[in-house]
Amino acid sequence: MSRIKQNSIALYTILYREIVRFIRIWSQTLLPPVISIALYFIIFGSLIGPRIGQMGGVSYIDYIVPGLIMMAIITSAYTNVVFSFFSSKFQRNIEEMLVSPMPSSVILWGFVLGGVVRGVCVGILVTGVSLFFTKLEVAYFWITILVGVLTAVLFSLAGLLNGIFAKKFDDVNIVPTFILSPLTYLGGIFYPISLLPEFWQGVTHANPIFYMVNAFRYGMLGHSDVKVEVAFVVIIGFIVLMYGLSLWLLKKGIGIKT
Amino acid sequence: MKALTIKNLKKTYPNGLAALKGIDLEVEQGEFFAVLGPNGAGKTTTIGVITSLVNKTSGQVSVFDYDIDNNVEMAKSCIGLVPQEFNFGLFERVIDIIVNQAGYYGISRKIALERAELYLTKLGLWDKRDEQSKNLSGGLKRRLMIARALIHEPKMLILDEPTAGVDIELRRSMWTFLREINNQGTTIILTTHYLEEAESLCRGIAIIDKGLIIEDTTVKELLSRLNTESIILDVKYPLTGPPQITDCDTEWVDETTLEITFPKKISLNDIFKELSKQHIEVISMRNKTNRLEQLFFNLIQWQK
Repeated sequence: MSRIKQNSIALYTILYREIVRFIRIWSQTLLPPVISIALYFIIFGSLIGPRIGQMGGVSYIDYIVPGLIMMAIITSAYTNVVFSFFSSKFQRNIEEMLVSPMPSSVILWGFVLGGVVRGVCVGILVTGVSLFFTKLEVAYFWITILVGVLTAVLFSLAGLLNGIFAKKFDDVNIVPTFILSPLTYLGGIFYPISLLPEFWQGVTHANPIFYMVNAFRYGMLGHSDVKVEVAFVVIIGFIVLMYGLSLWLLKKGIGIKT
Repeated sequence: MKALTIKNLKKTYPNGLAALKGIDLEVEQGEFFAVLGPNGAGKTTTIGVITSLVNKTSGQVSVFDYDIDNNVEMAKSCIGLVPQEFNFGLFERVIDIIVNQAGYYGISRKIALERAELYLTKLGLWDKRDEQSKNLSGGLKRRLMIARALIHEPKMLILDEPTAGVDIELRRSMWTFLREINNQGTTIILTTHYLEEAESLCRGIAIIDKGLIIEDTTVKELLSRLNTESIILDVKYPLTGPPQITDCDTEWVDETTLEITFPKKISLNDIFKELSKQHIEVISMRNKTNRLEQLFFNLIQWQK
């Protein structure tokens, strides 16, 4: 059997295992983001939204829909990989993969694709929920899909890095709570950058999530606070950086071997 | 062909602990080989390096001539590992653990399911295939790890204390199973604390202590160094004390049981003649096991 076929089976096995895992515990993995995003739609969209009026040329609920979908994708992709990878380390069943002949890149992509699938599933569910609150129109379908998938890849890689370095369960929660959430909320989901003072506009440009939210909003609504080309460069740049770092760490066995 | 070649293997952990201080070891293909040593001697570290779970500090390791530095994927595909501690997903089903492991080795799901049925049946786990692994008893968990290690049909099986904490019946059935797969050509390397296990199963033996191999030979050769034998005798009538036999140590275990240790130059006939003279009637006799234990103890003590 060729090495490529062997590695394809190994990759499919990890992906299948990951999908079975998050579906088995769907009430912890798929349901919570749907409920929390529905609450955002109710509170910010239906209750407060009409009093705010238009934002960026559209109703407030239409304005926040892309960012909220993106927030759900980011959180789901990240947490899927970080929890799954760290649990494998904690229960030591990561050794099942480490003793096998599959290369580190296959392990990496197995976990990352698992995160992407969960992120996309949650994204689809949240988009479905948003249809109860507003009539969605997508300006650039493929840009929307591409940004959604690339963002899921990026945050799956970020989750993997967190999982590699985590030594205890507290370490798995620190990054989402103290870094990911603030960056997401300050990433332009709820307001256009023009509402901020000039200094904070500059600071916002250093937040990578700002580019993803705006690129996704561009795909759905047709307008954005940043050029979509710049957003793609930022997203792909981070993916390349994190991929290289994750692969190097896995090959060296940092965080997983003694 | 050598199944395993280790040359000057060293491992120093980041905390400064030198677990391996330059190990050399060779295991022939088809061998049933034991690695013995006290706790912390370096057995598990050695296995960790061979299976790529531990990064070595220096030295060379090859598995069926595949160097783990240059051809690690081929080397890994030759090895099946049964680790000392349980290392599977606690919430995964038995069948999923086995089939997924096959998948990691590039084996298709169809073949994996056929093999899973074969090995789970052989190890008495087929009825438990849909159970979550956390619900299995300790013995069944250990058997699950053996089935998992065999699913890709490795040329070499490494077992790190496979019968630790396993009851006698299960231990014996595991021995039978391991002998069977060794007879089919699989090289087996076993670490154990049960010296009886090494004596019963293995041909080759290495003793490791404080990160160094202090003995690398055959079980037969090692046992031949014992210049004494021990037997246990059940006697018909109660004794008031151990009888005196020239050049033998006799120990009174209880009023109808005697333990006699004698040099190899003395025959059993001589002992029985002496006992007959003293009107002691023997009704049964057995060899004292754990002869290897005494040797092992002597070697470790000598090192100290």
